[in-house]
Amino acid sequence: MFPLDFSNNSILISGVEIGTHFYWEIGDISLHGQVFIVSWFVITLLVIFSFLGTQNSERIPDSWQNFMESVIEFTQDIAKNQLGESFYRPWIPFISTLFLFIFGCNWSGALIPWKLIILPEGELAAPTNDINTTVSLALLTSLAYFYAGFSKKGIGYFKRYIQPTPILLPINILEDFTKPLSLSFRLFGNVLADELTISVLVLLVPLIVPLPIMGLGIFAGSVQALIFSTLAAAYIAEALE
Amino acid sequence: MDSIIAGASVIGAGLSVGLAAIGPGIGQGTAAGQAVEGIARQPEVENQIRGTLLLSLAFMEALTIYGLVVSLALLFANPFAS
Repeated sequence: MFPLDFSNNSILISGVEIGTHFYWEIGDISLHGQVFIVSWFVITLLVIFSFLGTQNSERIPDSWQNFMESVIEFTQDIAKNQLGESFYRPWIPFISTLFLFIFGCNWSGALIPWKLIILPEGELAAPTNDINTTVSLALLTSLAYFYAGFSKKGIGYFKRYIQPTPILLPINILEDFTKPLSLSFRLFGNVLADELTISVLVLLVPLIVPLPIMGLGIFAGSVQALIFSTLAAAYIAEALE
Repeated sequence: MDSIIAGASVIGAGLSVGLAAIGPGIGQGTAAGQAVEGIARQPEVENQIRGTLLLSLAFMEALTIYGLVVSLALLFANPFAS
């Protein structure tokens, strides 16, 4: 499941570090420290933004509150489009959190010059370029749609597996495994591919030429956040219907 | 790393991303062409078409990305290396 954990086999090609991590040893567990540092940074940023947006909230929103309200309206629309008018409200926090966290991770990896901070091993980058982050987000989505299905239909949720015919039972069961797999690999692969392309291009031509690819990376980061949250909402809607 | 394993891994990595690019390339071309046709016929719904197109392009791109993940695993985290 975690193919990039073989740190001793890693090959350093052209200064691109893959498979090297800044390990934190806690007891018997080794953690990827660089992922934690950047995700805590993103979480702090999101908490500060939402704190600024909700402090002295007014009936007629001014600058910062206005901005945050439009962001929330955007994420609300993602949930509403997939889940429908009558079910979407309880799922707004989950979908919005997924969108904002992934968006923050992708953009902080693309926009902030982390290379200036030198770690003893590994390097700071977007947390979503580590497979552990994306797999945990995808498994959370799986839990969420199981919870949605059970809370709505109880044990009758399992009827879904033998519809339309019982012959499709294996395929329906397989689907529960392919959903988190494709969700996590899509996000992980896209973010890693962007960063790899940029670092290889920077190595070849350090000036100007990588700029369009960097722009594409920023765009792809926002599209991937949108896709992840849209798909999570679609899976929950499928379990609810 | 054994040189035969290294050579086979490098060839496999190139092939996996190259072959994975064929299908999505054709699919994305078809989708983009149809979208342009749709915009030419009804320019007033351009924004909606663009949104749907980008979303579906990202889905197709995911297929190439799977190939890329396989090739990255072969290159940087080869399970047969040790």
